[in-house]
Amino acid sequence: MIPLTHYLILGAILLAISMVGIFLNRKNVIIILMSIELLLLAVNMNFVAFSYYLQDPAGEVFVFFILTVAAAESAIGLAILIVLFRTRRSVHVEDLDMLKG
Amino acid sequence: MTFTQLAFYFFAAVLVFAAGMVVTIRNPVKAALFLVLAFFSAACVWITLEAEFLAIVLVLVYVGAVMVLFLFVVMMLDINLDRLKEGFSRYLPIGGLIAVFMVVEIAFVLNSGGFGEGALPRPAGHVEGFSDTRELGLLIYTDYVYPFELAAVILLVAIIAAIALTLRKRPGTKYLNPAEQVTVTKADRLRVVNMPAEKRVRGKTEENGEDDKE
Repeated sequence: MIPLTHYLILGAILLAISMVGIFLNRKNVIIILMSIELLLLAVNMNFVAFSYYLQDPAGEVFVFFILTVAAAESAIGLAILIVLFRTRRSVHVEDLDMLKG
Repeated sequence: MTFTQLAFYFFAAVLVFAAGMVVTIRNPVKAALFLVLAFFSAACVWITLEAEFLAIVLVLVYVGAVMVLFLFVVMMLDINLDRLKEGFSRYLPIGGLIAVFMVVEIAFVLNSGGFGEGALPRPAGHVEGFSDTRELGLLIYTDYVYPFELAAVILLVAIIAAIALTLRKRPGTKYLNPAEQVTVTKADRLRVVNMPAEKRVRGKTEENGEDDKE
């Protein structure tokens, strides 16, 4: 049967891909938001796998809460993106230097 | 190889492929569509873990709501595609190297024995008639009722924040408030002025140089 490690390695691969996505698409806020969604999916994968292999439904409850927070986060992030585009006419990270940090 | 194994490896391969396409493809619309594929495959992987309720929630919430939101925003914004991928190939080697190292390190730790087949064997699976939804519902409304309420508050905050952020007042529009129009009374619009008739002053107008023709 499938050992637990395969699920965990699948989660690790997803985590690595989404981190690379944040590296590669530093100019594009939308792809960065999508990469964060993938990151949360990798975490959820580990939670579900451990929940099944330890026979403890608490892990699935946590996945439920992570899904809620991720949905709220993406909604607010996209709203900020729209406001940003309205004021700056662009979504490039380079153009967002109003704070001069 | 059993059917479960076959399904798991197939869906895992599709999931990794779709995730890779999300971060490397040029067009954000296609990236969003590949993200839909990735979430769908993840839901299928969760089915092999007998987490049916969460798999359906993932499809409904992510594929149905969040990804449509992403597509909506991507299509609404006018994005300059040429500028988006600047520096893409410059960061690809170092990013890929770090990713490979991370996966190898995690795999090394995981294969050291603590999570293998010997330490944590796959459970036999639930008996027929077991309801994942019922189990989760019992937990959420008893042990986790306080975090559950907090999650509801977080969603409310997200709704209000999203609306408040994107709401804008346009000063130039000639918008009429129907409620104010309906509730208007005579006293608001009409002012009855009682003023005495003015006496004609002859000398004053002549002084100003105006000829009184009447």
